[in-house]
Amino acid sequence: MLRYLKPAVFVACLVPLALLVWDALHSQLGANPIEAITHYTGNCTLIFLLITLAITPLRKLTRQYWLINLRRMLGLFAFFYGTLHLMTWVWLDKFFDPHEMLADIAKRKFITAGMTGFVLMIPLALTSTKWSIRKMGGKRWQALHRLIYFSAAAGVIHYIWLVKADLKKPLEYAAVLGVLMLYRIVAWVWPRSKGVSQNLPAAAEVSEI
Amino acid sequence: MLIKKAADIRSSEITPRSLYLNRRKFLAGAAMAGVAAATGAGLRELIAPSLRALAGNKIDGIKKSPFSTTEAITPFKDVSTYNNYYEFSTEKDEPAKMATKFRTRPWKVKIEGLVDKKQELDIDTIVKMAPAEERIYRHRCVEGWSIVVPWVGFSLSELIKRANPTGKAKFVEFTTIYDMAQMPGQQRPVLQWPYVEALRMDEAMNPLALLAFGMYGEDLPNQDGAPLRLVVPWKYGFKSIKAIVKVRFTDKQPDTTWNLANPPVYGFYSNVNPNVDTYHSQATERRLGEFRKRPTLMFNGYGDQVASLYSGMDLKKYY
Repeated sequence: MLRYLKPAVFVACLVPLALLVWDALHSQLGANPIEAITHYTGNCTLIFLLITLAITPLRKLTRQYWLINLRRMLGLFAFFYGTLHLMTWVWLDKFFDPHEMLADIAKRKFITAGMTGFVLMIPLALTSTKWSIRKMGGKRWQALHRLIYFSAAAGVIHYIWLVKADLKKPLEYAAVLGVLMLYRIVAWVWPRSKGVSQNLPAAAEVSEI
Repeated sequence: MLIKKAADIRSSEITPRSLYLNRRKFLAGAAMAGVAAATGAGLRELIAPSLRALAGNKIDGIKKSPFSTTEAITPFKDVSTYNNYYEFSTEKDEPAKMATKFRTRPWKVKIEGLVDKKQELDIDTIVKMAPAEERIYRHRCVEGWSIVVPWVGFSLSELIKRANPTGKAKFVEFTTIYDMAQMPGQQRPVLQWPYVEALRMDEAMNPLALLAFGMYGEDLPNQDGAPLRLVVPWKYGFKSIKAIVKVRFTDKQPDTTWNLANPPVYGFYSNVNPNVDTYHSQATERRLGEFRKRPTLMFNGYGDQVASLYSGMDLKKYY
């Protein structure tokens, strides 16, 4: 089953990019294609971050524990679309001018937040291999990978800060992130209040990756 | 009971193993294509379909204007499908689709405040007040993009002269129509509705300030502010209010919509100024259709005509 599912999910994850390329080649990106590409890749990054964060609640609530096998790929796609999003800014907005970029990061808080979200993804992408998990040990690896919470939060804040007036869409992302984080808080507090050890499932989770 | 042996399948009919495996590969490929198509269809829902541009009525007898720029005009399709018109939607491709049924007739404009005589003018009376001129203006949005548009209209001063404001009038305030049924964007409190913009009297009397009712030789498309809008080319685009129903003269600086929404970012004046940042740098802009960004000019390049209005003013303070 997984043998077919993983490649299927991989293809599905590339579809957003394929659509963007198709639209670009067919002049379907509207009057301001660069702005359209920037917004599109930014949305993709947030969506993939939230999908990645949804895997743990989903597998536990539905007891579909095999879902863990998809998490790394989804997280790496978040990093992939995040890189494309960053590159639209670096190239098409700042034209690789380091002075301009640094000034923007320092001065514009929405750029500071976005950059924070991206930088936090880098160690996660670098340590996404099985080798890294073995080398670091499950607990430390897991602790490091909790950075994704902060990366996603920074991404949502980036969006909230950049809109001019209409907060509807960024707040939708914030609401989804809120629910996904609430699950984690409940899952953390609940067993403790009942005096049940959490060590076992955590260890099992890492070994499944 | 006769149990027939499976021997009636001739060996020639047995699918060779390699072909059988190919069939599996084919199915896998088809499944992949299916996955891709399904994901694509889902995403398509989020992406705007191709847009159509509305053609308006041609306006006759348009005069040329010395205020026009000779720069390349932005295609009509871009100007009519890329609109910041929050009364309809905060997505720029939406107003073109949502404003198709917006009613621009009958249309009255109230003249109020510090005037000799309050009155209500019909749009068809207003457009005949003065000869229609084509003004090809640069238009710079605070978001960092710009366009070149051949507007049709006449100087705002023509209307103001006929409105006859009293000597006490220091500002002129404009209000957009407030009609939630026609403008679904007004059902959400994204901005304070109705939209209000204002100019100082001397700014409003400057001949560059244009009262526009057409573009590209035709009636204004609804999504571009029909039937009557302001065009103030040396200020950021949001000052150029659309679908005007009220003009009020006052002695106090009016509260304007974007200024109320975010005072540190959107000042009352909002002159195009590459030296004053808003929520991002205003030093450069992207002309729609161009790849490289170009430097933004002080007063959007209209300094010769309007800089004197602000002599002695600290434009970093009065942004």
